[in-house]
Amino acid sequence: MLRLQARKVILVLLVLIFGCGLAVPNLFSPETRKAIEDNAPSWIPRLLLPIHAVVLGLDLQGGSHVLLEIDRADLVRSQVTQLRDDVRRILREERVSLQGGIQTTQRGVQMRIADAAERERVLPKLRELAQPVGTLGAFGPSGNQSIAITEQPDGLVQLAVTEAGSNERIRRAVEQAMEVLRRRVDALGTTEPNIQRQGLDRILVQVPGLQDSQRLKEILGDTAKLEFRLLGDANSTDVDMLPSQDSGGQPVPVLRQPVVDGADLVDAQPSFDSRTGQPIVNFRFNIRGAQRFGQITTENLGRPLAIVLDNKVISSPVIQSPITGGSGQISGNFTVQQVNNLAILLRAGALPAKMTIVEERTVGPGLGADSIHAGKLATLIAGVFVVLYMLASYGVFGLIASVALFVHVCLIFGLMSLIGATMTLPGIAGIVLTIGTAVDSNVLIYERMREEEHQGRSLISAIEAGFQRAFATIIDSNVTMLIAAVALFALGSGPVRGFAVVFILGILTTVITAVTLTRMLIAVWYRWAKPKHLPF
Amino acid sequence: MRLRLLRIVPDNTRFKFVWFRRFSYPLSAAYSILVLALFLTVGLNFGIDFKGGTLIEMQAKAGRIEIAQVRQTANALGFGEAEVQEFGDGTELSMRFPLQAGGEAAQQSVVSKAREAFASTYEFRRIETVGPRVSGELVQAGALGVVLAITGVLIYLWFRFEMPLAIGAILGTLHDIVLTMGFFLISRLEFNLTSIAAILTIVGYSLNETVVVFDRTRELLRRYKTMPIPELLDLSVNSTLSRTAMTATTTFLSLLALVIFGGSAIEGFALVMLFGVVVCTYSAMFISTPVLLYMDVRGQGQREEAREKALAGAKAKAG
Repeated sequence: MLRLQARKVILVLLVLIFGCGLAVPNLFSPETRKAIEDNAPSWIPRLLLPIHAVVLGLDLQGGSHVLLEIDRADLVRSQVTQLRDDVRRILREERVSLQGGIQTTQRGVQMRIADAAERERVLPKLRELAQPVGTLGAFGPSGNQSIAITEQPDGLVQLAVTEAGSNERIRRAVEQAMEVLRRRVDALGTTEPNIQRQGLDRILVQVPGLQDSQRLKEILGDTAKLEFRLLGDANSTDVDMLPSQDSGGQPVPVLRQPVVDGADLVDAQPSFDSRTGQPIVNFRFNIRGAQRFGQITTENLGRPLAIVLDNKVISSPVIQSPITGGSGQISGNFTVQQVNNLAILLRAGALPAKMTIVEERTVGPGLGADSIHAGKLATLIAGVFVVLYMLASYGVFGLIASVALFVHVCLIFGLMSLIGATMTLPGIAGIVLTIGTAVDSNVLIYERMREEEHQGRSLISAIEAGFQRAFATIIDSNVTMLIAAVALFALGSGPVRGFAVVFILGILTTVITAVTLTRMLIAVWYRWAKPKHLPF
Repeated sequence: MRLRLLRIVPDNTRFKFVWFRRFSYPLSAAYSILVLALFLTVGLNFGIDFKGGTLIEMQAKAGRIEIAQVRQTANALGFGEAEVQEFGDGTELSMRFPLQAGGEAAQQSVVSKAREAFASTYEFRRIETVGPRVSGELVQAGALGVVLAITGVLIYLWFRFEMPLAIGAILGTLHDIVLTMGFFLISRLEFNLTSIAAILTIVGYSLNETVVVFDRTRELLRRYKTMPIPELLDLSVNSTLSRTAMTATTTFLSLLALVIFGGSAIEGFALVMLFGVVVCTYSAMFISTPVLLYMDVRGQGQREEAREKALAGAKAKAG
């Protein structure tokens, strides 16, 4: 066993050197890595360049983690409203008049069509409103319909949005919302924001290195639905009573049908009013919006036009002259900050539904830097403690264990860089912890050698028996640790998952370094020192 | 010349671990009852991960923090009683606001109000807000993780060891979890997601310790078919004792470095782990191993074989 096979030695050394080499880019600053990437000749694949370092988690580099949830009830409400409009249109087209009109229910609408012939005529049209939803799998469409239609013998017809229908709507809305949020976050000019879907109805936004999480939340949370609506008569049925900023929150009647909405905007920029010096937002419409806006302002000269943002009337200026140029401005007692945000929101577009922040975790850059510093110090000191203790206990073998320990830590960093894993603060704790536990495999082997020697074996056979007999124990004890670590990985999120990754990699590499590297080093020592006894 | 090297455990230690159970068992039983009582009366100090609410950590921009003043201002914000705590070297403090009624959106106003009140004199180092829905899900995920880990380990042990050994190991692990919960209850350390990570790590470490002893037990069972079980169990622990001491010390030392130098953000985790290492080492020797006394470790077949051998030996002597 203690013979050194040249081929095997070279192979092991190559693997270990390569593994540790992967950790080297972590020693460079991000600027250096960028410079290497930019200056390297293009024929070298990027994968081979020493630019892949461990990614720092938000808790170490500072930044914000914001989890948003789409408002299901809001979406269902808008689906029901749309359904009501569709049903109304069909009834009008088929010239069916109802007694009692269309009633809105929790998840849909209902109406009584007393005449059987009319019912026969309308029902097929209503059925066309329902669409198949769900993915097209190997077995064809999943068979779910977006709308369920039921018919009672007394002529009561009910249409309801199905669970599958609203889920499909949520899925589409989340996709749209991700696009909108991406445009909004990009407008903040931060580097590498991460926006991803979580579950069916949530979006996770992670923005590293942000100083001001308040600004981020202001930009993420608002729906930013902009509408231009004419003021109507408070007693009419086709108006909404919306709170107005002009009249101190008093509701004012505005027509339900908007003249133009934010979807027709092509640009919005913060600016100052040339006369009053107040912060305002200048906007420009696309051709369709400009035409429509021009037409309405021509027809309604002298009437007030309400600018509605998220169902609040921001201002309602009187139309002084037709606005045909396709551009205009929004004013309304804004601060500079509010105007800047509003311009971003209008440029990025409105969210398809209301979204609520359900979780926020923000770490300031100062705290992150402190954590890194403290983590480095703790790792270093833990390493020194363990190395000194191993040297004091095992002499030369302690030195060998320390070399294995060093390689072990390098391998963890190397593998993490390779797979692009994220290092978090609990991850650093994991590194420190594995420094303590990594030598366990060495200790198991050494103690076993000692026992075997005490039982009267020769040195060489005691060393062999030590490796051989301790191996099963090493595997058993590490597999149990591994199971706990995998459970942690499976359930954990963010920082905790970072810990689990370090722990899992640590367990894997410790088995490798303790068994292969230690064995080789002991063989070298044996040849060189020609000992009669174990050195401890 | 040979260097005199450090050895904590003298060679040929013959401590009667199994006999010591008359002290260790009542002690652990009493402690477990205390833990249960505390759990039911005082309860864990749940952090915002599981309880929901808002946590803000601030650092004074200049000079020292004015904790009394901060507490007064925070309570006057109208979000209920804020828990204000000083930490670090007297320049940092944390404020914890309870979950606000009114669903997810209501939590956001806490941060903006606190920002208005403190932004001029304090730097915000950490802001965490967890709404009611997310905290509920995190509780589920945490509980699921612990159950998942124990089940997974049980299955592995069941395959790899005989049933009595697997039961002994799991009992030891449960003992360690109970004691660790006791540490949370008595120290009033915040119980959060990282705490779950600490508990799962302790589960792993506890089994690690037990498995090393039981591996030896299994080996000795095969080698000494007639040795009385108490003696055999003592031998298993004693012969692995120096390894146990070594590993416990290295792990303890590195965690100690983490407690002292790792910074306030990781201190809680490190303290729990430090406690865990002591408990796991203790329980592997004094709790899990003596449990095997009450079980049929040898199994029917091996015992009969042993009796026959003993009989044959006696006959040979007589003859």
